[in-house]
Amino acid sequence: MYTFPNKLRNLALSFMAIGFVGLVYGFISAPKTIEEAKAIIASNHEEGHGTTHNNPETHHITDVNDQNSYNDTNHNESEHKLTDYDKSHDAKHDEHVFHQLSNKPWAALYVAAFFFFMISLGVLAFYAIQRAAQAGWSPVLYRVMESITGYLLPGGIIVIVILALSGMHLNHLFIWMDPEVVAHDKLIAGKTGYLNIPFFLIRGLFFLSGWSLYRYFSRKFSLAQDLEKGISNHKKNFRISAAFLVFFIVTESIMSWDWIMSIDPHWFSTLFGWYVFSSMIVSAVTSIALISIYLKSKGYLEFVNDSHIHDLAKFMFGFSVFWTYLWFSQFMLIWFSNIPEEVTYFITRIEDYNLPFFGMLVMNFIFPLLVLINSDYKRKNYFVIMAGIVIILGHYVDVFNMIMPSAVGDQWFIGSAEIGGFLFFLGLFIFIVFKEMTKAPLLAKGDPYMGESKRFHY
Amino acid sequence: MNDKIVHALYDDDDVLLSAIKTIRSEKHHIEEVYTPFPVHGLDKAMGLEETRIAIMSFIYGCIGLSVAVLMMNFIMIEDWPQNIGGKPSFSYLENMPAFVPIMFEMTVFFAAHLMVITFYMRSRLWPFKKAENPNTLTTDDKFLVEIGIHGNVKELEKLLKKSGAIDVSIIEKSK
Repeated sequence: MYTFPNKLRNLALSFMAIGFVGLVYGFISAPKTIEEAKAIIASNHEEGHGTTHNNPETHHITDVNDQNSYNDTNHNESEHKLTDYDKSHDAKHDEHVFHQLSNKPWAALYVAAFFFFMISLGVLAFYAIQRAAQAGWSPVLYRVMESITGYLLPGGIIVIVILALSGMHLNHLFIWMDPEVVAHDKLIAGKTGYLNIPFFLIRGLFFLSGWSLYRYFSRKFSLAQDLEKGISNHKKNFRISAAFLVFFIVTESIMSWDWIMSIDPHWFSTLFGWYVFSSMIVSAVTSIALISIYLKSKGYLEFVNDSHIHDLAKFMFGFSVFWTYLWFSQFMLIWFSNIPEEVTYFITRIEDYNLPFFGMLVMNFIFPLLVLINSDYKRKNYFVIMAGIVIILGHYVDVFNMIMPSAVGDQWFIGSAEIGGFLFFLGLFIFIVFKEMTKAPLLAKGDPYMGESKRFHY
Repeated sequence: MNDKIVHALYDDDDVLLSAIKTIRSEKHHIEEVYTPFPVHGLDKAMGLEETRIAIMSFIYGCIGLSVAVLMMNFIMIEDWPQNIGGKPSFSYLENMPAFVPIMFEMTVFFAAHLMVITFYMRSRLWPFKKAENPNTLTTDDKFLVEIGIHGNVKELEKLLKKSGAIDVSIIEKSK
């Protein structure tokens, strides 16, 4: 049995404490009124520390993009921008900036909450794949995976609570939730049959309960299998895993449209579900590898050998390339066809989020490609950890790039809310995952493939 | 000079692997093993050096990538710039996303083809070459181990029989 070391527990709790302070500070320092927002922008101008985001020209471009000027919004802001070009700080614009700035701590909270939830959901999918494929190499890692999926329910509840708070109009993350916007936006109005608050929340609850039910039963069967002589629990687990995978791929897709793509309700991409999934699965495999290596270094998991780490690293490498493939497929077609309503998505990101947008490509593709391409390096814990940390951070930036540009526009910076949100949920994640780890032996000894998995060698 | 070698025939790959381990532990020199299909772990059991073809593959891929970049730069930017879909070809970097599929394909093409050619050259294989395998049964379902003789032949024969060989023959090989 694993005991949660006090050092790690204290680390997790202090992450949560620091993160909480950061988040609270982020919420307090967010402007409450339009005047405060103006003051913040003005002080940024004087200090001159923004580069692109204080440039009036980019203001103009993003505002056009944000409003999607081709449809009739009541703000009519794009025309304002075109005529009162130099007087870019008119009242409508100030209101817009105010909304973006007051969204910022919410968006930072949401990015971090979603990111760590996404990791545990990805691990659940990876685990179900191993079960459904009756994989022979991975049973020694089942308990690590089951511990990570322990975060699914609490993490999912937090995400849904944030979504419900948006539904109660405490923030403007989802502009389609604002009846005022919908009334003057034909495109969103046409989607209200699907994008309305009750249906949106019911869908979220339905998805989360489906995933949690699978998690609950597969964990139950897995624990029961330890005590069983036959393999009936293993067979049950195989069946529900196959069924779950079908449920998962449909609900994951819809979840990604709902929870991320609908932040920008005018824009859509047909492979968005796959794109989010690729980000999810690569972060998931990476966190399995990181946690396994950590436990091994503390003297646990003596049955995990370097061939298991090698296989995890192969998945990290392969899914990183898979992510890049989907990212590029989405980017290239939109870039090439250059249709205004589609290409705004990438123009915003390239102009206002240049560093995170291209930095993410380096972190998620070029770095893991070069570090993990060599077969021998995939068995060296040092390399796997180094690549793993960069991949995890890179995919955090990826989620940041998916949510922030639509929520706060060009008013982004890595402030206390962003760092605080990341630390808070990292601490919570570590706390819940390692707490879950103490509840069962680290070896799922009843698994019929355990012998094969222990002898597994490359 | 005439040299004697022993041919030991096996009919199972697991038996073959354990036999190779015993033969090597008795300090006999295995010259070659002929199998009808690739046997997993055979190279390690024989103590062969690790292949370096992966490194060559990486280098070939880099060459392919460079060729693709230079080729597309010449064709699309320098030689005959066109305005495709409102994206005039004046700079490689700005039009780069459109060239990525070609860069990818050329990388794979070079890596794959040059790797196969390297493998053939390294294995001394070329078209119309006469087959080297001493026993045609190894193209069907038998495994053959070729061992050089440096000591007691009787003892070696006994060892091979014990290790599961279905047939042991001594062959005079002219060098």
